[in-house]
Amino acid sequence: MAKFKMHMLVCGGTGCRASASDVLYENLKKEVQEQGLQDDVQVVTTGCFGFCEKGPIVKVIPDNTFYVSVEPKDAQEIVAEHAIKGRRVERLLYVDPTNKKQIPDSKGMGFYKKQIRIALRNCGLIDPENIDEYLAADGYEAMGKVLSEMTPEEAIQEMIDSGLRGRGGGGFPTGIKWQIASKVAGEQKYVVCNADEGDPGAFMDRSILEGDPHTVLEAMVINGYCIGATKGLIYIRAEYPLAINRLKIAIDQAREYGLLGTDILGSGFDFDVEIRYGAGAFVCGEETALIHSMEGERGEPTFKPPFPAQSGYKGMPTNVNNVETFANVPVIYNKGAKWFASIGTEKSKGTKVFALAGKINNVGLIEVPMGITLREVIFEIGGGIKDGRKFKAVQTGGPSGGCLTDKHLDTPIDFDNLLAAGSMMGSGGMIVMDEDDCMVAVAKFYLDFTVEESCGKCSPCRIGNKRLYELLDKITKGQADKEDLDNLRNLSGVIRDTSLCGLGQTSPNPVLSTMDNFMEEYLAHVDDHRCLAGVCKDLIRYEIIPENCVGCTACARNCPVNCIAGERKQLHTIDQSLCIKCGACLEKCKFNAVEIV
Amino acid sequence: MEMIKLNIDNRTVEVEKGTTIYHAAKKLDIGIPTLCYMNLGDLKIEHKPGGCRVCVVEVEGRRNLAPACATECMDGMQVQTHSIRVLNARKTVLELILSDHPFDCLICAKSGNCDLQDMAIKMGVRSIPYQGEKSTYKPDFSPAIIRDMDKCIMCRRCETMCNDFQTVGVLSGVNRGFEAVVAPAFERDLDHSECTYCGQCVAVCPTGALTEVDHTTQLIRDLADPTKKVVVQTAPAVRAALGEAFGLEPGTLVTGKMVAALRRLGFDYVFDTDFAADLTIMEEGTELLGRLTRFLEGDKEVKLPMLTSCCPGWVNFFEYHFPDMRDIPSTARSPQQMFGAIAKTYFAEKIETKRQDMIVVSVMPCVAKKYECTREEFKVDGNPDVDYSISTRELAMLIKRSNIDFNRLPEEEFDSPMGESTGAAVIFGTTGGVIEAAVRSAYEIHTGKQLEKIDFEQLRGIEGIRSASVDFDGLEIKIGIAHGLGHARKLLDDIKAGKSEYHAIEIMACPGGCVGGGGQPLHHGNPDIIKARQKAIYREDMNKPIRKSHENPSIIKLYEEFLGEPMSEKAHQLLHTHYFDKKQKDVLLD
Repeated sequence: MAKFKMHMLVCGGTGCRASASDVLYENLKKEVQEQGLQDDVQVVTTGCFGFCEKGPIVKVIPDNTFYVSVEPKDAQEIVAEHAIKGRRVERLLYVDPTNKKQIPDSKGMGFYKKQIRIALRNCGLIDPENIDEYLAADGYEAMGKVLSEMTPEEAIQEMIDSGLRGRGGGGFPTGIKWQIASKVAGEQKYVVCNADEGDPGAFMDRSILEGDPHTVLEAMVINGYCIGATKGLIYIRAEYPLAINRLKIAIDQAREYGLLGTDILGSGFDFDVEIRYGAGAFVCGEETALIHSMEGERGEPTFKPPFPAQSGYKGMPTNVNNVETFANVPVIYNKGAKWFASIGTEKSKGTKVFALAGKINNVGLIEVPMGITLREVIFEIGGGIKDGRKFKAVQTGGPSGGCLTDKHLDTPIDFDNLLAAGSMMGSGGMIVMDEDDCMVAVAKFYLDFTVEESCGKCSPCRIGNKRLYELLDKITKGQADKEDLDNLRNLSGVIRDTSLCGLGQTSPNPVLSTMDNFMEEYLAHVDDHRCLAGVCKDLIRYEIIPENCVGCTACARNCPVNCIAGERKQLHTIDQSLCIKCGACLEKCKFNAVEIV
Repeated sequence: MEMIKLNIDNRTVEVEKGTTIYHAAKKLDIGIPTLCYMNLGDLKIEHKPGGCRVCVVEVEGRRNLAPACATECMDGMQVQTHSIRVLNARKTVLELILSDHPFDCLICAKSGNCDLQDMAIKMGVRSIPYQGEKSTYKPDFSPAIIRDMDKCIMCRRCETMCNDFQTVGVLSGVNRGFEAVVAPAFERDLDHSECTYCGQCVAVCPTGALTEVDHTTQLIRDLADPTKKVVVQTAPAVRAALGEAFGLEPGTLVTGKMVAALRRLGFDYVFDTDFAADLTIMEEGTELLGRLTRFLEGDKEVKLPMLTSCCPGWVNFFEYHFPDMRDIPSTARSPQQMFGAIAKTYFAEKIETKRQDMIVVSVMPCVAKKYECTREEFKVDGNPDVDYSISTRELAMLIKRSNIDFNRLPEEEFDSPMGESTGAAVIFGTTGGVIEAAVRSAYEIHTGKQLEKIDFEQLRGIEGIRSASVDFDGLEIKIGIAHGLGHARKLLDDIKAGKSEYHAIEIMACPGGCVGGGGQPLHHGNPDIIKARQKAIYREDMNKPIRKSHENPSIIKLYEEFLGEPMSEKAHQLLHTHYFDKKQKDVLLD
């Protein structure tokens, strides 16, 4: 094998590819060829680096240079400067938003400093389409160890000892789940990987599958061995074409290497994996609904018990784990349960991947140890709030979670603490909000999603969520009264108390948490017909401040409905009856002469 | 059996392990309300989707409320069925359901007979705090069933009947969230689906979402028309259930009162479908004996087992699902259609009335019969043999509407000649009855001997699939019986696989046979009602002076005067039919 002096790692995640990182990769390769450097410089497409805010990313090793926002045309300069002359291309380096300093080495970036990457360990490091690179990164070593050195009972015990809990949202201890499934007898048991990632804005599972598909396959084989299953199914949404493609490549390669199929590594154990496609229903992330969907039935949940471990796919004992959960598994066997359990809090071990989004400087995918505080995540890793605005809330757990405030910033993040604070871990969405976000509108946004995604099987979720949405809509329009607030709270409680599955049992959380933490905003909408954040269109007006207006006509020229009148150098006025509240005038005014009242 | 103890509303109850909270509470006479749960006991139909969430109860130590219908009892469990938390949740859930339901109770076909209405009364709902958008769907008018899905509460009982019990597979949940509703695939109309019109969806629907097509207005108009002779026929199962609509105990026989009521309604002739049932036995029994004889003589072409063909839901079923086997059922028309054909020929001649001036109405426990009378092959120059069919429920409504105090009516007799019938005809109304009636006559005709014992207990019962053999004087006749189309499917699959050993098979689409038909007074999930009707049918049979179809004097006379003999050319023309391959009907294109 050639020994390269330099590796250029080009992010091949969905985000960076959308900004033409695939073209960039081709350009870099071509440039390396043209300069005759093919024996010295290797260009590799990797999985997601997580720092999606500034994609496409190119990382050069061994010096860890971290180029951001790289365009295909930059390839020539990178090769000419960095590969040939050994000089970094300064203009492509990351600039720290807090002190405006360039940071050449990724290790110096606040975004990476506090991260511990276990599930994402290979994302951004190896070529996901090349099994050899996975093997070089200790790939399939854990599987070999389990199959040759451990009994299923020992392997399950190791998993229990690690303290790993399900990363799909439920947080059920993985080892215990495996143990239950191992004890139920069945003709044909199944291991199912839940890749039906559906939270708005969440892409943890997608990134793992795109960046390190073999880790999931390896974990599934181990899981199969532990519970006595020989068949594995990956339920993935059809909207993830890149992940599906890379999974297919990985499955083929693993079969070719004898790492899937019959008599794996001479152990006598057979296991193979198939892919099943979901049509993108959020509720199919619920394990019973997922199983029904795979069976060709309507994707809706059924009452538990029976649990999938008792009667799952085709009525057979089935263990369902989420992608991120599986991604932790090989490392646990390689480094030991003790090592894994040393990371995290008392009841939540290891790390958690979050999709950091919203009004934050460093949007992206992060993996942090359990027990880290929200403050560290938002202000250190996330680089603080965009444009120096004030932090208002952070929403965790997606549509099932809640909004937490600055009083929760120093809460160590783990399953139990988030739940106690009125939110939840969920699958790892984390959306940061600033003072310009209306919390009633935020709750309404999530309910809109839940209404769309409810399967409609049980009354409280089917009708109740719709009514919650309508009540919130009424509030944001200034048409609600105090009784509506009482109804909102009662209805939220009842939906949570009576719904059939996790979707309905958690869907009121965005309402309840915002009511608990931001009651003053609700009251402002109801009592004063005011939206404090200036978001709810029915409750705001754009007005021109006469003292500030210089009559530059910028607002009038940019108004899409021509509702602003005024001569040059004269005071302008807005015709409120025509205004559609698009905000274009506010955006275009250079003299702070437009305000929201 | 492992027993466990638990506490419900501070009272202890001991139940078998695996019992649900709902059933444990029932043992303590605590009736936990529910809108979706349904258990038809011996009929082996249990529907517990846990969807309506009305039955929620509080279980100590549990984070959320538990659906009593689906939650199994645990030893030492502490359950509250009417704590303030439960009462509030239950009422709120009901208010939610009502908030997405039309408020047209006063004019709804189900008014007074609606589970949702009853629940609202029981819960004392006086206002609906959660108002908002209501889901609306295109109404669906088929020849037999009307779907008004605005009234669907997604209990999905209909789905269980259609898919699990009948294996017809027309109804299922479609769309998601607030738009979720039960419908045929692609939300097509029933008429463009493989619906058999068995009506079991209607029979279990708790609201007015699924109802039968109403023909009472047409009937009132025809009764008032002096130029029309209006003839009515009543199916055997009607007399065993009609009384329920007037507060009588299930299983009360009201034959005489029913006749009196029909006469007061103004029908010119009150006849009995039982007459035609006897005629069916003559034709179908003769056909069976014919096939058997040919079979015994070594004819390899003969189709055995022979399947009965009186049930229109069943006929639709095999036309859609087993069209390649459509030469196996008897070609005999159903009693309803035999009646119509004879009424508009033989009887029309007798009363010297032209076909066009005659209206033949049937009262049926069935909704598929409504479709059956519209079939083209049962029309002469566009004029149907049976003009239309009304259900037992529609008759009850009409009686009430006509100011008739049903319970004080005298007992009256059917008119002659088409009102005369035997005990064999009455038992057509229950599973096993058609084949027993056939056996009674076939035995005597085949052996030339008198039956010593008329009752064939081995053919009776409520099991979904039953088999028995009857000794025809040394010749063992093997008989299969199925009620419910899912059970029928099993027998048909066996025939297809060459595994069936039967000579004759009786099939009825509805649970318990016609007594459990889709047009009967609603059983509201109580299977005992169906069983009580079944008992009544056998009681009526016992009380009949003549209990074998071939001994019916009016039938004998009919053959003498008009038809000649069973399976004669005239009989073929009037009393037999042929079947269609409906799979060929391209449902997606019309």
